[in-house]
Amino acid sequence: MKVLTARAAGQRLALLAALLGAALVLGIAAGPSGIGVGDVLRALRGDEAAGPVADIVLRVRLPRVLLAAAVGAALAVAGALFQALLRNPLADPFVLGVSGGAAVGGILALSLGPALGWGASAVVPSAFAGALVTTAVLYAVSGVRGRVSATQLLLTGVVFNAFASAGIVFVASLAGLTEGTSLFLWLIGSLSAVRADAAPMVAVFVALGLACALPLLRDLNLLSLGEESAQQLGVDVGRVQRLLLLSTSLMVGAAVSVAGLVGFVGLIVPHLLRLRLGPDHRLLVPAAALGGAAFLVLCDTAARTLFGGRELPVGAITALAGGPLFLYLLRRHHLRSFAP
Amino acid sequence: MSAPALSFHDVALRLGPRDVLSGVSFELGAGEVLGLAGPNGAGKTTLFRVATRVLRPDRGEIRLEGTPIAALSRRALARRIAVVPQDVGVPFPFLAGEVVLMGRAPHRSGVGFESAADVESAQRCLACVGIEALADRSMIELSGGERQLVLVARALAQEPDVLLLDEPTAHLDLRHRAVVLERVREFAAAGGAALVVSHDLNLAARSCGRLALLADGVLAACGPPAEVLRPQLLRRVFDVEAEVLAAPDGAPLVVPRGAGRPV
Repeated sequence: MKVLTARAAGQRLALLAALLGAALVLGIAAGPSGIGVGDVLRALRGDEAAGPVADIVLRVRLPRVLLAAAVGAALAVAGALFQALLRNPLADPFVLGVSGGAAVGGILALSLGPALGWGASAVVPSAFAGALVTTAVLYAVSGVRGRVSATQLLLTGVVFNAFASAGIVFVASLAGLTEGTSLFLWLIGSLSAVRADAAPMVAVFVALGLACALPLLRDLNLLSLGEESAQQLGVDVGRVQRLLLLSTSLMVGAAVSVAGLVGFVGLIVPHLLRLRLGPDHRLLVPAAALGGAAFLVLCDTAARTLFGGRELPVGAITALAGGPLFLYLLRRHHLRSFAP
Repeated sequence: MSAPALSFHDVALRLGPRDVLSGVSFELGAGEVLGLAGPNGAGKTTLFRVATRVLRPDRGEIRLEGTPIAALSRRALARRIAVVPQDVGVPFPFLAGEVVLMGRAPHRSGVGFESAADVESAQRCLACVGIEALADRSMIELSGGERQLVLVARALAQEPDVLLLDEPTAHLDLRHRAVVLERVREFAAAGGAALVVSHDLNLAARSCGRLALLADGVLAACGPPAEVLRPQLLRRVFDVEAEVLAAPDGAPLVVPRGAGRPV
């Protein structure tokens, strides 16, 4: 009988952590300045020999890859949690419209912030509030009792996304934010206009979200097979759902507030990891944090470097990869799933 | 005399405009297998839900060896009552062995992984219903009957005092039907109490010491199969004309002749 042990889970996570480390170094090194891996390591160690390169590494590249990692981890974990909560492998913060809700919250803070005297960091809690409200409405509308049908879920997401896009454009237009590229970058998802002052709060929100979710992963396994069955195995379903609602909102809010609407990370990463590691959330969710971080660092590096001087928004890369996968999953899901 | 393993005291529940359960009272003793039958929608599954606190009754009380279940934590309750549902939705490819291992959840605290003893217990329960060969197969690939056996194994892995089985043999072939009923009888013989919902009255008559009939949320009868399975009662509860014969071994044998009212 195959059993997942703490030891086996630890080994797989160590492997993913190594992969993330490599992705971070590659992400820092890649670019037009011709920085080598050796330079990166020297600069990170604070070695004087790194010279002027250290400035690029520490002030430009390092904050960007770390934010990419935080955003990727947050979106991938939120995706895995939504999939288990809604018992549907198609769930993803972007597809469900939760990212859109966070974006509305974020853009409200951006627009009203100056008038109310809020700093730039107000965007993070405001995006969190947007995500929380959207998730709560999603739960109420799609009817958590029993398994949510894929159709119901996707239709709700379509409506939420349309509503969120309208809300973003509406607020941005009123506030005069439509000039320039910032609205475009917000809608497609990009890490190029990141303000470093938001980084600590993003880190805190992602860490809080993870801390909230990690103790509940065994309960989440039971919950992913149905609420009634989970209750009958001793799970306090209401409490677990409320805490995970909070956890996903914290992470999606943080991710969207710095990167805008980066789509499909929460769909792609858990799906690929589930194929390799199996569905046990005690391994899958921490793996999604590490794998999601590595994935978005690599995607962002590709977005920065693939086309020479022209930088692509990272959201365009994830959406180009995620769209086809989503259609594939949708088809397979219909063929292979059955009602409880 | 000690309190019964599980007892329902005047339990009533209204869902929307319907009285799903109205004043149901009966008890289940340790060592007993009680069959529960009744038409579709009579409230059998609801009875399981109130007994496991998935639903809270509007009136009345359910007690485990005299202790009201409302006084127990959910985990404590799950250590003492296990349910075998009719089926389970599996959106992710959990292995059959992993699902059986989930039965150990109420016995484990914290977030950790299962112990070697838990794995051993799960293996024993898989073997007990004859599906050790399915342990490493994905639940998504199993047939309805195979999934049902996995759920029986999971409930046994919970090591409960009371077992509630919702049509545990509906998808099973003859041999596995016999295996499951034999395990239920062994469970009772070892001091457990089992409540088995079944649409197969003849099978229930043979495998249960007593039968309870539920109709429209009301307990219509509860007693030895020979007393409960009477043509008048079957007509009243199931709206069916039936003859009750005696099998060669003396057990009652219900032979339906047709619906009471033409549809």
